[in-house]
Amino acid sequence: MKRKTLRTVKRILGLYLPLAAFLFFALFPFYWMLISSFKSNPELYNLRTNRLWIKNPTLEQFQELFKKTAILHWLWNSFFVAFLTSFISMTLGVMAGYALARLRFPGAQAFGLATFITYLVPTTLIFIPLASVVQSLGLSNSIWSLAVTYPTFLIPFCTWMLIAYFKSIPKEMEECAMIDGCSRIGAMIRIVLPMAIPGVVFSAMFSFTLSWNEFVYALTFISSTAHKTMSVAVPTELIRGDAYFWGELMAASLLGSVPVALLYSFFMDYFISGLTSGALKG
Amino acid sequence: MASVAEAKWLPQKTRGSRRIKSESLTGYGLISPAVFLMLLLLAYPFVLAVYISLTDRVLGEPGKFIWFRNFIKLLQDSLFRQTVWNSFIYTASTVFLKMVLGIILAVLLNQEMRHRNLVRGALLLPWIVPTSLSVLTWLWMFDSLFSVVNYILLSLGLISKKIPWLGDPFWAMVSVITVNTWRGLPFFAISFLAGLMTIPKELYEAAETDGARGFRKFWHITLPLLQPVIAVVVLFSTIWTFADFQIVYLLTHGGPINATQIFATMAYDVALVAGRIGEGSAISLFLFPALLVVIILMLRYLRRD
Repeated sequence: MKRKTLRTVKRILGLYLPLAAFLFFALFPFYWMLISSFKSNPELYNLRTNRLWIKNPTLEQFQELFKKTAILHWLWNSFFVAFLTSFISMTLGVMAGYALARLRFPGAQAFGLATFITYLVPTTLIFIPLASVVQSLGLSNSIWSLAVTYPTFLIPFCTWMLIAYFKSIPKEMEECAMIDGCSRIGAMIRIVLPMAIPGVVFSAMFSFTLSWNEFVYALTFISSTAHKTMSVAVPTELIRGDAYFWGELMAASLLGSVPVALLYSFFMDYFISGLTSGALKG
Repeated sequence: MASVAEAKWLPQKTRGSRRIKSESLTGYGLISPAVFLMLLLLAYPFVLAVYISLTDRVLGEPGKFIWFRNFIKLLQDSLFRQTVWNSFIYTASTVFLKMVLGIILAVLLNQEMRHRNLVRGALLLPWIVPTSLSVLTWLWMFDSLFSVVNYILLSLGLISKKIPWLGDPFWAMVSVITVNTWRGLPFFAISFLAGLMTIPKELYEAAETDGARGFRKFWHITLPLLQPVIAVVVLFSTIWTFADFQIVYLLTHGGPINATQIFATMAYDVALVAGRIGEGSAISLFLFPALLVVIILMLRYLRRD
């Protein structure tokens, strides 16, 4: 009996207590975002009440947001860009990843290396000249500027992820299909791709998130309100000069965070297993 | 990620040359769209960045070629030197914090517990939610009048007067470091967790029969075996933190009095706010040596395995 109590105490001190501290650090900002967006302005700026709780929950902030701002536009822009760029990047990533995992051709190694290096290039290294490239393509101040530039960091990521997944699939499967008259591309689409579904789902999800969250390019290339995406519109359009409308800002932040959080809660198992297996096969 | 080392894409002589030829054609066909996009929107802008940094281009005017004068001017500029220093402080402290806390968190998450996936998922949240939006929340949490962080610390009696989180040079640096650590910790923890899961249980059992306990097991088994993963994650994070933009841009905008100005925020201010594009490009290019070092170390590390 005594031994059991000792073990429980040890487990609380060694596991649950530190874990609770980490969870508090990770989640408190979201809690604060949540309760701030459901408070009325008088309650939000009242320093005398218990600030960690809501007395009178209200949808005021959301109503103001929908009435006064183009938030639906921004949400749509984010969806459109994230969906389109992840689709483009997945397609090109599957093609390139398959070529690198299976085919032998001169220059493949150099391309593999180049993909890896471009994966490391930070967007802030080239955003200034890229703005003028985007302009000469006639795309500045349009969401198409994001549709063409986001794949530059998504493709290396998808390619790299998928190589690992493709390699884990036995070659014999495709070879059999090809002996039976299937073409190389046919074998890739019908045999390899379905078997790599966990990798495909993981890469697609992650691409969607990277693109939904991107900030530097969207801030640099797009200046008019109607064409902005959530990640840039909320901090640039809702903060006017020195006036911070915190209730609306938090409500908008919540609306911009929920889609990715939902995506993750649906596919969490894919994501955790993807992160803990494919991501770092080092 | 280790596939660079595993890759042995050498042409096989045993196969027919016709087969190799058709394989090559398919290969080039499959990679060409990706290659085209990368050349146009990554390689070309990089070359352009180098060219622009050697000119005195300002917004609306092409400018003329001035060789390395932008770089020389920057190196003599005290604001730029402070930016370099700030970037190093910011990167070194956040990467160190994320590494130490990441190892602790990974060890915790590797234990048997109820709702394990739920806990892991919840801890990932700071990393997957749009950073610009979560940083706004931190901005509100650090507000000079309504700071909830101060409210909690005061209520618990941990501080006796309000901390000026974003208004004081020292505390502003502490704030951006805290937020960066908050955002990046999940990536470290989950990557380390992946590494921990590959360590065979038998090793610990063997060590236990030899009388090793808690911390010694960690020091002699866990840490050495985790070292490759730690190295890769630290290298990744180093370059991304060095080139970070949005946390500082939104939280302090480099202030107060440039106390948190880092490379990317200064490049943005000089090139796109002040319109001195040549000089701004030069600032951005100072990130390149860091990138190069990381690439070289990473390739060396991955090749060795």
